[in-house]
Amino acid sequence: MPRLVNLHPSRGTGLLLGLLPFVILVFAYVLGSNARLAENPDDKLLPAPSSFVETINKYAFEEDRRSGQRLWWVDTGASLKRLLVALTLSAALGLALGLAIGAIPYVRSLLLPFVAAFGMIPPLAILPILFIVLGLGETAKVALIVIGITPIVVRDIALRASEIPSEQLIKAQTLGASSWLLAVRVLLPQLLPRLIDTIRLNLGCAWLFLIAAEAIASTEGLGYRIFLVRRYMAMDVILPYVAWITALAFFMDYALRRARRALFPWAESV
Amino acid sequence: MAEVKIRRLWKEYGAQVVLENLNLTIADGEFVTIVGASGCGKTTFLKMLLGVEKPTRGEILLDGQPLVYEPAPDRGIVFQRYSLFPHLTVTENLLLGLELAHSRVLGRLFGRARRQALERARALLEEIGLYTARDKYPSQLSGGMQQRLSIAQSVICQPKILLLDEPFGALDPGITADMHEIILRLWEANRMTVFMVTHDVKESFQLGTRLLVFDKKRHDPQAPEAYGATVTYDIPLNRNRYPIAA
Repeated sequence: MPRLVNLHPSRGTGLLLGLLPFVILVFAYVLGSNARLAENPDDKLLPAPSSFVETINKYAFEEDRRSGQRLWWVDTGASLKRLLVALTLSAALGLALGLAIGAIPYVRSLLLPFVAAFGMIPPLAILPILFIVLGLGETAKVALIVIGITPIVVRDIALRASEIPSEQLIKAQTLGASSWLLAVRVLLPQLLPRLIDTIRLNLGCAWLFLIAAEAIASTEGLGYRIFLVRRYMAMDVILPYVAWITALAFFMDYALRRARRALFPWAESV
Repeated sequence: MAEVKIRRLWKEYGAQVVLENLNLTIADGEFVTIVGASGCGKTTFLKMLLGVEKPTRGEILLDGQPLVYEPAPDRGIVFQRYSLFPHLTVTENLLLGLELAHSRVLGRLFGRARRQALERARALLEEIGLYTARDKYPSQLSGGMQQRLSIAQSVICQPKILLLDEPFGALDPGITADMHEIILRLWEANRMTVFMVTHDVKESFQLGTRLLVFDKKRHDPQAPEAYGATVTYDIPLNRNRYPIAA
């Protein structure tokens, strides 16, 4: 009998095993929901799966009676826009600062301690300041995400830059590279795959900050909706919204992983 | 022409003397091989020629001019590992030096300049037997192929001096003969002064036109750091190969 650590599932078995926890979760939910609804047909805690279909139908495909909009898509659009703007800003800022810190010792001495300290500020603690200074509009929400994840991106990119062997940097200089050319031809291209990795790992944080900002001050958005209907204990809305947010985040992660493989094939084996 | 003069060169790290009183004149086109026990300062010597380490005392003159202590295009380097750029293909790695030298803002060549550079790269790739692997990334190459590419990458920039830091140290013994043939051919064709640190004594005799042995002349068992190494043997070799003499 081979040891357990040496047994590998076949492709099909692996797929089934991966699906199993999802199936168990759905099954457990249906069982619990049925049990509670049998006792009290008005139970709001674990609504029947059929009520999800009704809610999704109402939110995604019917116009809201008050605003005349399809709320599901309005919320999704508003949230995604905030998230994408913030992620783009964080990535650009993080890459530029991380590259400068990683490449130039003087910039490193100047900025790295500050970025390290700044990154320790709990972003949610300064959310009130952002709302006071920037108002309740889009800027404050985007700023929260940017402030929350940029320091991590900067430090990760700077770390990766310092991992590039000094032999490479010396070699490039003997081939005639100036500081600038060293940055754009040697460092920058090798940092881009790591930028994608860092953004992927920070997606969870970005969503967290987005939903927190939307819960406190917003008029639309996925986080706003969840906190709005919480007052009515509308689990039939909250749970589909949570599932949808999860699906969006999962898809973004997947798309970034594919983009990394397509854009930087050399980085797969390194 | 690249004559290297070394005058009263000392290198110390704090109280530790690594090299003491080095005096050498290396003629243009010489192939200098350097051997010595590990820790005797032969790599430190190479790093000073490269410009990443400064001597504590004394000076290095390159064609009569004081050496600039910063890596520069007149001195090529091949390390034992990590001298290739993993994000560039074989061709792009070879092209990089030409692009960096001729395009100071973008670091890229376009149009006719690029076609000419590609032509040069292609000729060199064929010479080192890497043309069929031209679109591969360094991680897909064997160790020997990587080192050949790294040497060619320096040679294409036509440095006056080529520094080799145990370039074949990590390779299979079986392929070193091929590597020796390639390095000799490139040396003869490009008229560079070569400094090669190696731990392989046989290799140092086969390749060099001048062999330097680094060792400590004095040794104090109570204070092993007190005295540094210097050149204890300086042996002319293979004079028939020396391009100036020929």
